Amino acid sequence: MKFDVVILGAGPAGLAAARAAGRRSASVALVDDNVTAGGQIWRGAPRIAVPAGVRFFPQTRVFDLRPGFTLLTESHGAMEASRLILATGARELFLPFPGWTAPGVFGAGGLQALVKSGLPVAGKRVMVAGSGPLLLAVAAALRTAGARVVGIAEQAPLGRIVPFLAKYPAKLPQAFALRARLVGVPYWTGTWPVRFAEGMVTLSGGRTVSVDYLACGFGLVPNTEAAQLLGCRLDDGFVAVDSRQETSVAGVYCAGEPTGIGGLDKALEDGERAGAAATGQAVNPSRGAFVRDLAAAFHLDPRLFDLAEPSTVVCRCEDVSCAALRPYREWREAKLMTRCGMGPCQGRICGPITNCLLGWSAESVRRPLVPVAAEILLKDVFEP
Amino acid sequence: MVKLRCDGVEMVVAEGTSVAAALLGAGVSRFRSSVTGEPRGPLCGMGVCMECRVTIDGVGHRLACQTPCRAGMEVMTT
Repeated sequence: MKFDVVILGAGPAGLAAARAAGRRSASVALVDDNVTAGGQIWRGAPRIAVPAGVRFFPQTRVFDLRPGFTLLTESHGAMEASRLILATGARELFLPFPGWTAPGVFGAGGLQALVKSGLPVAGKRVMVAGSGPLLLAVAAALRTAGARVVGIAEQAPLGRIVPFLAKYPAKLPQAFALRARLVGVPYWTGTWPVRFAEGMVTLSGGRTVSVDYLACGFGLVPNTEAAQLLGCRLDDGFVAVDSRQETSVAGVYCAGEPTGIGGLDKALEDGERAGAAATGQAVNPSRGAFVRDLAAAFHLDPRLFDLAEPSTVVCRCEDVSCAALRPYREWREAKLMTRCGMGPCQGRICGPITNCLLGWSAESVRRPLVPVAAEILLKDVFEP
Repeated sequence: MVKLRCDGVEMVVAEGTSVAAALLGAGVSRFRSSVTGEPRGPLCGMGVCMECRVTIDGVGHRLACQTPCRAGMEVMTT
């Protein structure tokens, strides 16, 4: 299968890119590993439809990307593209504290995703914790689904959140609308969970709260692995792009969170630019300060990096504890000696954690990008 | 509605429900045992952390959060 443009990721950035590219080209494909388009934020209910004429490949995991460009997928074999738009989104940042691996502790966006995919939470006691504007959106969605949101613990102090909101009055109606849906729910700022055990969350400051679920995410980590595999240059952990969203690799564009965590509006603008640029249309320049201001407002308190006890697991795939990692100086050495980061998630969860806790840089990316059945790998080798 | 079984127990869920949501909704919190035997369940909900791996219709290491329930599905926690 050959296309002018293949877009990886069908969230807001990918859908906006598909809409823009579809205006000019009749050969556009949109690939996503989820069941439906929309990404995490619009999971199952996208506000931009997959444009007519764009081929959509759901539940399609890309496990390799090669120059030129060839994408290898489990379900549809090889796909070729003259130009590639990476709209791979972000995942949540998790930080280890005693009890964080227990069933019942989810990501904040993680629990929201589960609710959107059919998990009933009516009557459940849920605490939402971590950092960022996502916490309010998650809490409001959980409440709408009938959950008893017992509190929101935001690690950032109120003194940083208020000036941020004041600088972006356009975001205020959204913030107030969310707050209105959360009347009666405590919003504790400068507060975070320090322990979870047997349904009881202990917060910094000593408060304990009984919950059915703890939904906890400390911000977002850009999914840059596909870009890295193609050799795109990163800048401070994000995919470097020019004013047309083109990466350091000609013909590869990147849009949305991988180029800077900025949320929905930025993703839509990035996607529109990338889709237009990849098909030779004129593009509007980007704005940009919001990404920096958002990161500054919700900058993580370094005390969050000291919550793990020696026995607390850091790498959940291989059960590598905090104490087991201490003797090592860097990621590669720790991998070789402890298997940290070598399980099925390939360091997607513990890599960013060791970056926060130990200052390690877990940037090496290898194919396959995701676990893939051996028979498919063999097919790729012997029937290229 | 869709009827499936998990560890031999029958459950009925709405069309479009993911296997992870179905299991959690039925009170299953331990989806798998970690390499040292700790109980684990879904974390990221979006196919990244691999904590929700279960066996579906005899195939191991399927992601419960990325798999919609189908009629007659046999799910085993591991």
